[in-house]
Amino acid sequence: MSTPTSAGTILTVRVRRQDRPQDRPYTQIFEVPYQSDMNVISVLQAIAARPVTADGQATTPVAWDCNCLEEVCGACSMLINGRVRQACSCLVDELLRQGPEISLAPLTKFPVVRDLVVDRSRMFEALKKVRAWIPVDTYADIGPGPTISTEQQEQMYPLSRCMTCGCCMEVCPQFNDASDFIGPAPIAQAALFNLNPVGKMTASERLRALMGPGGITDCGNAQNCVKVCPKEVPLTWAIGKIGRDTTIEAVKRWLLK
Amino acid sequence: MSKQRVVIVGGGLAGLAAAMQLAEDEIAVDLISMVPVKRSHSVCAQGGINCVNKFTRAQGDTEWNHFEDTVYGGEFLNNQPPVKEMCYWAPKVVDLADRLGVPFNRSPEGNLAVRRFGGTLYKRTVYAGASTGQQLLYALDEQVRRWEAEGRVKKYEFWEFLGPILDDRGVCRGCVAQDMFSLEIKAFPADAVLLATGGCGLIFGKSTMSMVCTGGASARAYRAGALYANPEFVQVHPTAIPGADKLRLISEAARGESGRVWVPRKKGDPRHPNEIPEAERYYFLEERYPKYGNLVPRDIATREIFAVCKDGYSVNPNTYAVYLDLTERATGVKAEVLRRKLGAILETYQKFRGVDPLSEPMQIFPAVHYSMGGLWVDYERDGHSGGLRLDSPRNQQTNVPGLYAIGEADYQYHGANRLGANSLLSCIFAGLIMGPAIRALFRDLPGGSVDKQPARLFEQAVGRCKEEMAALLRKDGPENPYRLHRELGELMTRNVTVVRNNAELKQTLVELDRLGERYERCGLSDRGPWTNQTLSFTRALGDMLMLAKVIARGALLRDECRGAHYKPEFSIAPPTAEQPDELREQARQWCRKYHAQNQQWLKTTLAKWTPQGAEFSYEPVECDSIAPRPRTYGLKGAEIIDEVWKAEVAEAAGQKAAAAH
Repeated sequence: MSTPTSAGTILTVRVRRQDRPQDRPYTQIFEVPYQSDMNVISVLQAIAARPVTADGQATTPVAWDCNCLEEVCGACSMLINGRVRQACSCLVDELLRQGPEISLAPLTKFPVVRDLVVDRSRMFEALKKVRAWIPVDTYADIGPGPTISTEQQEQMYPLSRCMTCGCCMEVCPQFNDASDFIGPAPIAQAALFNLNPVGKMTASERLRALMGPGGITDCGNAQNCVKVCPKEVPLTWAIGKIGRDTTIEAVKRWLLK
Repeated sequence: MSKQRVVIVGGGLAGLAAAMQLAEDEIAVDLISMVPVKRSHSVCAQGGINCVNKFTRAQGDTEWNHFEDTVYGGEFLNNQPPVKEMCYWAPKVVDLADRLGVPFNRSPEGNLAVRRFGGTLYKRTVYAGASTGQQLLYALDEQVRRWEAEGRVKKYEFWEFLGPILDDRGVCRGCVAQDMFSLEIKAFPADAVLLATGGCGLIFGKSTMSMVCTGGASARAYRAGALYANPEFVQVHPTAIPGADKLRLISEAARGESGRVWVPRKKGDPRHPNEIPEAERYYFLEERYPKYGNLVPRDIATREIFAVCKDGYSVNPNTYAVYLDLTERATGVKAEVLRRKLGAILETYQKFRGVDPLSEPMQIFPAVHYSMGGLWVDYERDGHSGGLRLDSPRNQQTNVPGLYAIGEADYQYHGANRLGANSLLSCIFAGLIMGPAIRALFRDLPGGSVDKQPARLFEQAVGRCKEEMAALLRKDGPENPYRLHRELGELMTRNVTVVRNNAELKQTLVELDRLGERYERCGLSDRGPWTNQTLSFTRALGDMLMLAKVIARGALLRDECRGAHYKPEFSIAPPTAEQPDELREQARQWCRKYHAQNQQWLKTTLAKWTPQGAEFSYEPVECDSIAPRPRTYGLKGAEIIDEVWKAEVAEAAGQKAAAAH
């Protein structure tokens, strides 16, 4: 561990930028005065307040995606010192222990919109594909929901914390623009809704959506996903579960033929 | 499907609840949001959602009690019919959320688990860990996705609302919005526009709110003629973690699960908190408010924390902070139990402060959290129930026909102070009742449906927005909008939050004018035509400056203390005499002054935009069910006030009955 950083220190921040989706990326270096309690968001805010590169060139503020700043909305995923994570919960003091420079780059598995902003609509589309919802009869007042045990709740809650941030997709070797693989996050959502007593009634629909091309069998079992998930969603557990359930579903379908 | 369309702006709990209800009612919806709706600010709500439940009912609790706690908490500034309707709906709203798959914590028997929140003595709050807002939002997001897949809802994510479109009779006919990537500006014709665009915490710079919570959409509706109500009522949450970019909330649930607020009895005690013995800790909320303890309403807890720090008891030599203690030693609750019930906030503190709150007390301080004020909306009272007539198109409608506001964007439910765990309820409730309201509106549209409107109306509106954008993009002055925002936030936080006084408020207005002039000399460091975040931010900064003035002037004009609005120069001195008769006489005086204050100020503030600035007026509050009374929350030494007030009310009622005889 290096010595604590003091006020007056200047941070060197290397940002991979891209003006438009079709343009070539380039790198700019910024110098930002260090403050205690800084995170990567406040570094980017400091750049916006003074958009000048280290060599004194005026430039545009870096575009990035964020909203809640407390790691619950999933917006600010990016590569920080080469590692995928949320910018808001990434503290500068922690980065400085790794080295004197901070590097920021957009996710590589999604199309870049501008600078650090990427288009993750593919993830939201995947949630439609696996029918990630409870198909209730009506929103009218027809009484309480099913009785659920603490044990069931404790199985569902961790799956339900997925923010669709895309970290798991970024590190998945099978998920890229050359493959149709749906990726870990939507598979975990299928598992979540198949655990719910009402969701269970339509479990086959979700399983079938994961049985074709791009489905569960495309998972290469690299297990990178679960290591980077900021919310510790039990992704590999869910993938295993869906794997078994789709096998049973396939046998059932074969028997009923 | 009817041919009428509704535009909903904002995809937090209120907007999504409205979208799914309208979709079920076969009304076509365009849903516009600056962020993918799943990332809306509702995800930040942590502690839970209030409703009378099996457990509280067994102790004699009723919907009426929830209603009463809510208006007492809001110091009677909330119109009662909508609040009453909401509290009677609360159990139904929670049943629905439960059916939608929200993973609420459970009791051993499989019922919804409950905990206590501020401003009530009942355990009326159900919860999903300490991320209830996120879990509720996801359930609603999933339902809207279901309707999206069926073609009943069309989402426009990364689109920004620029303003409503009004016809020559002043009826709202849709809105203009901008694609935040391509900067395309487009009209969305509609027979009703629902603003579900949340609060305006960014006016205070750093707050617990998300980055989209600028109040920009409300400001644009206000600028177009919608009234803005109770702007001066801003909730400052007692417990947040200070940070460089944001103040992160530590939910009231921490105190609901036995967390205790304290400072060392000795000022500047240098010892580690774990080494300070029980007898040397000052649990100031518990000592001063023995009945409610750490769960007094937020405005009171915030003022007490603020005062104790000002008196020199801060636990951090560099800044103001007090301890919020969740260790087993203070709470008597086992760590694994708290981990299950509060996991998400424990993680947040650990991640951002690097300390496990179960092993040592957290350092916290108040932060701007919620806008009780917002766009003025109407309602129609049901003469029979005292609640709402749900089939009325007036419910949640602003003074602009066809323009509605729901959720934190409206002013309707929380009066002068919101109770914890009531916001998720008010958002979902207001969204759901848009179903019957919009169906009623469509049965008899004022001036016919939108497809009869000339194309010119929409072209002109788009044209105006394009001109405004071009003017903004031309700005090349020396002032940086991000730096101006920082100054605005510091100014507003310093003078218009916990403690307010007229001299500082007047000075704030002068400084806001100066900031406004500097805003005119802004330069955009990005003037490009693609994903221009500086453009969007600078536009919102103009809106924030406008609303900041409305907030500060509202605060300057209201010469009283009510809920979150605290002006010591107008506080009524509490009785202090030792001699009982004298004490009683002082209490009588106090009650007389309180009554006079209500006569003058128990009114909704209304701000109307004019080219010269806001024009203020006041309208009476409908207190038809529960009569206003002093709001003491059992403060030690203030019992005499409650006693005298009760006696005087009884006496007045007796005289009235005798006169009627």
